[in-house]
Amino acid sequence: MQISFTLNGRPTTVDVEPATLVAELLREQLNLTGTHIGCDTSQCGACVVHLNGLPVKSCTLLAPALDGAALLTIEGLQGAPGSNEMHPMQESFREHHGLQCGFCTPGMLMTAVALAAEKPNLTEADVRHGLEGNICRCTGYQNIVVSVMAGAAAMNAAKGE
Amino acid sequence: MGNVIGIGASPKRKEDQRFLTGRGNYVSDIKRPGMTAGVFVRSPHGHAILRGIDKAAALTAPGVIAVLTGEDVAADKLGSLPCGWGISDAKGVPMKEPPFPMLAQGKVRFVGDMVAFVIAETPEQANAAAELLTVDYEVLPSVVGVLEAVRPGAPQLFDDVPNNICCDWELGDKAAVETAFRKAAHVAKLSLVNNRLIGNPMEPRAAIAEYEPGTDRFTLWTTSQFPHVVRFLMGALVLNIPQHKLRVVAPDVGGGFGVKQFHYGEEAVITWAAKRVMRPIKWVASRSEGYVSDRHGRDHVTEAELALDETGKFLAFRVNTLANMGGYLSTFGPNIPTNLYGPLLGGVYMTPAIYCNVKVVFTNTVPVDAYRGAGRPEATFVLERMVDVAASEMGIDRVEIRRRNMIPKEAYPYQTPVLVQYDSGDPMGCLDGALVAADVKSFGIRKAASASKGKFRGLGYSTYVEACGLAPSRFAGRLGARGGLYESATVRVHPTGQVTVMIGTHNHGQGHETTFAQIVSEKLGVSFEDVDIVFGDTDRVQFGMGTYGSRSLVVGGAALSKATDKVVAKGRKIAAHLLEAAEVDIQFEAGQFSVAGTDRMKTFEEIAGAAYVPHNYPLEVLEPGLEEQAYYDPINFTYPGGCHIAEVEVDPETGTVTLVNYTAVDDVGTVINPMIVEGQLHGGIVQGVGQALFENAVYDEGSGQLLSGSLMDYCMPRADHMPMMKVSTHSTLCTHTPMGVKGCGEVGTIGSPAAVINAVVDALSHLGVTHVDMPATPNRIWRLLQNASLPVAAE
Repeated sequence: MQISFTLNGRPTTVDVEPATLVAELLREQLNLTGTHIGCDTSQCGACVVHLNGLPVKSCTLLAPALDGAALLTIEGLQGAPGSNEMHPMQESFREHHGLQCGFCTPGMLMTAVALAAEKPNLTEADVRHGLEGNICRCTGYQNIVVSVMAGAAAMNAAKGE
Repeated sequence: MGNVIGIGASPKRKEDQRFLTGRGNYVSDIKRPGMTAGVFVRSPHGHAILRGIDKAAALTAPGVIAVLTGEDVAADKLGSLPCGWGISDAKGVPMKEPPFPMLAQGKVRFVGDMVAFVIAETPEQANAAAELLTVDYEVLPSVVGVLEAVRPGAPQLFDDVPNNICCDWELGDKAAVETAFRKAAHVAKLSLVNNRLIGNPMEPRAAIAEYEPGTDRFTLWTTSQFPHVVRFLMGALVLNIPQHKLRVVAPDVGGGFGVKQFHYGEEAVITWAAKRVMRPIKWVASRSEGYVSDRHGRDHVTEAELALDETGKFLAFRVNTLANMGGYLSTFGPNIPTNLYGPLLGGVYMTPAIYCNVKVVFTNTVPVDAYRGAGRPEATFVLERMVDVAASEMGIDRVEIRRRNMIPKEAYPYQTPVLVQYDSGDPMGCLDGALVAADVKSFGIRKAASASKGKFRGLGYSTYVEACGLAPSRFAGRLGARGGLYESATVRVHPTGQVTVMIGTHNHGQGHETTFAQIVSEKLGVSFEDVDIVFGDTDRVQFGMGTYGSRSLVVGGAALSKATDKVVAKGRKIAAHLLEAAEVDIQFEAGQFSVAGTDRMKTFEEIAGAAYVPHNYPLEVLEPGLEEQAYYDPINFTYPGGCHIAEVEVDPETGTVTLVNYTAVDDVGTVINPMIVEGQLHGGIVQGVGQALFENAVYDEGSGQLLSGSLMDYCMPRADHMPMMKVSTHSTLCTHTPMGVKGCGEVGTIGSPAAVINAVVDALSHLGVTHVDMPATPNRIWRLLQNASLPVAAE
């Protein structure tokens, strides 16, 4: 079947098998391999993308659900539109060493950006609770929590400008 | 001179840009023209005779290209998956080493054992065809626990391995230990289990293999921590592919923790199959497939006894362990519960006599091998629990009993009775630092506050040491290693002065691209931005043993340091010629070669330029070019260690243990990049906390089914399980590594389980609880409290 949606700001039309998962569509058909698959039970969160602004696990979403929707993947996350800058959350992860092997990172970032957008003044407890659906085996989460809090503050500051 | 960022600085990581923007290059991201999909068919039984496999229906399924089984492997006369260590018993009798075929032959020995490989045009077609394969199993009873496996009448995995015992290994002076026990004022005893773990790097294992008929070359892309070792083991010992015809690439790898430091059957099967079908093949494991095929870790059952004099001084330590090997010997398997366990039982204490017996046992479970820490967390857990038990029984404070037995800083180098000699350390300094950082003084106030809420608070210590920097080859060879454990580095200086380093270690999260660039920047005085680190490709990197055992900086960094010294030495010769001075008068500092006592100098870039454009160059005595290679084989292990203090709160209503505070003061030697070291400590600690509180790989006795076979059943630590940890370093320098480094990758995982469990026991000690096995889950604690002799109520 044919579906049309906005992918990272660009109108996109693709032919998909109805049983295709969004994560597979992105990785195999659209060559956007930044969205990772780390498990088969929707537990790890490496595949989180934004569907109409909300974080979803793309390994649990069928491609036909994209029809007419707006999808944002890690490849579309950026600073000022049209610039080569990174998003403040990406910058914050780099600044605070919020990543090691990088495999969970795209999902962490997408979840983090959504968390920060949802609540302006995130507490440490909010962040820890909000990241429950994203597993990281490298960092022990400490620097991820620090990164998300600082990244959220930077997003708020940018909004206020 | 440019932007030198050297030792002790914390530049942001060079590798981050690609990971943050979704541009990493992991094996599963790679596509090759004409690529097919491979699926492994795995045994659903723990133990069964493989009577036959009917391929007919699968071969006619849509898109199927080939179906390969153990019979095809045997017909091609391929080798068995090799074990890299051959240990022996006390009489020198070698371990039992049954063959480990890459696809099962005759029998399957664990759930997940591979019986066939199905290749089709798409993964969906391969999966569908795999369902059509008819495998005729005669199911046998399985044995999964070590205690059960050595009992008379237990199911036998191999006809020629009686009682399933691979090796009855021992270390230490048994007679001296017995004598000391006879004289002891007190003997403390402890039985414990070190729970079985699944490593769970976030990237599942994957491989792509391709054969180029035009050049007769194979390429294997694999999620490996040591591509050169895979090339050697697989090419030379399994598939008979000459080394120069085999390229192994481990690109970005999403975490390892040991799980990816073995040569797996999947790698051999897919490489062999690629030539048979003359098409590239890709295989990507699902997480659940990983659970029944990734090598597991730990799984010990131990009885320990500590003999003490009337003042609490340790006289002797005796440890008897049964260690699970699973169904076959994996690459490092038998080395882990023996050589990496027994020699660490001295810990940071002056115990004069130690004896350790380890029975290495086959069971119908996934092969067990190294997982972060590998043997050393098990040793630390036994010892640090034992110390607490002894302290409690003798009525001595837990910190005091540690102090009375600790090796003082002045006593280093310190020879233990179990082979290893610690070169440097200051365990007392780490302990003192941790006591302050953890604010132990005010613990009573916090405990009272918890009690007022009906909760039990406990504090736990772990003062530990480990052996890192694997490994001195000569020493390892005596212990049964079948290969060398050195590392290599090439420093290639380009004509314009930038530097590319080719190194045999593998970066999969540790930040090598940054740390190693800092070493080069400092040593050559070049800009940090002007250094790139290349790893993970046998066609680009000369050789290497890879990354495991906290060896990358210790052994690889040392090779790199040596190679940079060689570059400087050659640069000096070139400079002497250009500056018309004697070589002895040439000084090198901050990226400049100068003549001592003059203002005549050449920059590093000028020297590099002269080396590649040798118009004015001592060609009679010196080759053009500026590229140097070094191999480094350490003379000893390094011995990082430290003190960890865990503080927990137990809710008696639910049995839930909450980790409320965690403090670590670790001695990792020289710190190159403090930011990265802290990150390694954080991650390591949480993996240890995972073992102590959450993680457990559970098999069903009899059927051999893995009950914790997915992320839904195996509890991984999540962000809200942890408090903010306080980590810091208290370093003494390693006396034998070039930069004084000791390694930091595993310390967190080694020190933490004992600290956490000691805290849990402390919290419950008023109820008569003397030991809690890992993981201390709510269920386990709640049951313990129901059975406790005292009423369940806060003090």
